[in-house]
Amino acid sequence: MGILELHDVTLELGGKPILNKLSVDFWEGHVHALIGPNGAGKSTLANTIMGLPGYTHHSGEILLDGESLRGVPVDERARRGITLAWQEPARFEGLRMDRFIAAGAKVKTREKVQEMLSRVGLDPERYLSRKVDKTLSGGERKRIELASILAMEPRLVLMDEPDSGIDVEALQRIFDALADFKAMGTTVIMITHSMAVLEHAEHAFLLCNGHIIDKGPVDKISGYFADNCIPCDHENLPAPEEEMMPA
Amino acid sequence: MSDVATARALLESLGDFGAHFTGDDVAHLEVHGNEIVGSHLVPGLDVDVEQLDDGVEAHIRLHEGVKLANPVHLCFGMLPTDGLQHIVMKVDVEPDSFASVQAHCTFPNAVDITHTMDAVVTIAPGATYEYFERHLHGAGGGVLVVPKTRVQLGEGSRFRTEFELIKGQAGVIDFDYDADCGAHSILEMVTRIIGRGHDTVTIRETGRLNGEGARAVLNSYLALRDEARAEVYNTLTASAPYARGHVDCKEIVQDRAIAKAVPVVEVNHPLAHITHEAAIGSVDSKQLQTLMTRGLTEDKATDLIIEGLLS
Repeated sequence: MGILELHDVTLELGGKPILNKLSVDFWEGHVHALIGPNGAGKSTLANTIMGLPGYTHHSGEILLDGESLRGVPVDERARRGITLAWQEPARFEGLRMDRFIAAGAKVKTREKVQEMLSRVGLDPERYLSRKVDKTLSGGERKRIELASILAMEPRLVLMDEPDSGIDVEALQRIFDALADFKAMGTTVIMITHSMAVLEHAEHAFLLCNGHIIDKGPVDKISGYFADNCIPCDHENLPAPEEEMMPA
Repeated sequence: MSDVATARALLESLGDFGAHFTGDDVAHLEVHGNEIVGSHLVPGLDVDVEQLDDGVEAHIRLHEGVKLANPVHLCFGMLPTDGLQHIVMKVDVEPDSFASVQAHCTFPNAVDITHTMDAVVTIAPGATYEYFERHLHGAGGGVLVVPKTRVQLGEGSRFRTEFELIKGQAGVIDFDYDADCGAHSILEMVTRIIGRGHDTVTIRETGRLNGEGARAVLNSYLALRDEARAEVYNTLTASAPYARGHVDCKEIVQDRAIAKAVPVVEVNHPLAHITHEAAIGSVDSKQLQTLMTRGLTEDKATDLIIEGLLS
């Protein structure tokens, strides 16, 4: 069953349609991957679903559980269960990790924060009182971001390039988090180019020129992407309708 | 009201704001207006206090080699709505000694109160003196706070100070700390202030690195809302080889508040080095959006970001 539906969503930035009559359904509790060349509109799609400032002036409809999100601000969307794991998580000078993780947590106890840190492979003893600032590596910040999202127990997570800028151990923790989300029944939409990450998705969508041009099993879509999209040599024309996979 | 009752009322006004300890092994002093309403000393620490017409004059002496295990707790304040409290303080920290002072200043009912402090602190070679001053004001401002401190750091000594006003409304603050740093001494000054309403905040932090290898950091963190105004003048001068320093000012400005930062760095020796950094602006949009994607309202997200900045 679809938790999130997009119908004919078009969004222009700088006079150019970045999302172009985009329609797609995402199934509840599944791990979806969005694949596409640079500039295809993947991050824009995530930001539009999240309702970030600068991404709300789209036409078409975005429905969560069949209800339109038009006019619903970011924080309210988050309270309804949607959240975003940023490609480059923010740094917060002076803000303690426990305060950051507890901020959006469903259960705001010290024990819960400790449990979330452990789940992303960070020792609570060492990390609980540290600051979410520039003293952390990129991989640590990614993991802390995931800890804060796991603590939210969201219904839908948008993950923008979850593997960018991280080491092998952090990558494994992200795979563990994906399994946790799956176990919690959380729907995941992740943007990635990484074959290692794609293996953890159940379905893939190929985005080109702001339009979903194909969808289906990961190996099929990623194979098509690898063969035809790097480099992109079809001038970003949508694939013929008959080549599209059925939903 | 008896001294004991006044002291109790003064401390109760602090609520859960910091902990003012008064145990047998803790040196403490409580001053209400110009009245000494409580005090206790520990071995190695002398405190001579004289009553003035409008405040007190205190001479604090920490004996050579004495290292106080517990912080010294000072509480200055006034419970009435109006008045003047002038504190004159002379602090002598003798060689190789250590003391940490927690000062709480409380003006919970202020409408028209002036609180001034003129302090001269002399830190002898090898000694360390820490002074943390936290203010609690009422919701209406109404306090003029004028702390002026002159510090002399001897060779290899250390002075660390923090001035914090994040509870209640500041009123008018004219903060002026000035330090001369001897060879291999370390100076750290931090101010953390939230300005609201029509608060006016002026901060002057000055450090002169006169001795070889002296080091200093001057940090100012402010968050301003409503019509509050702040001006920060941080000045660091290095005149000796291997002197090192950094000046940092960060101010978050919201609503119609106005902030100004004037960092002055001066290097008079080719082997000295000073850096500075200043950032004034609204709350970082990415930080704000990150917290809002966790379900926090914009106001709550802003409060949390400011809490971090001022922590």
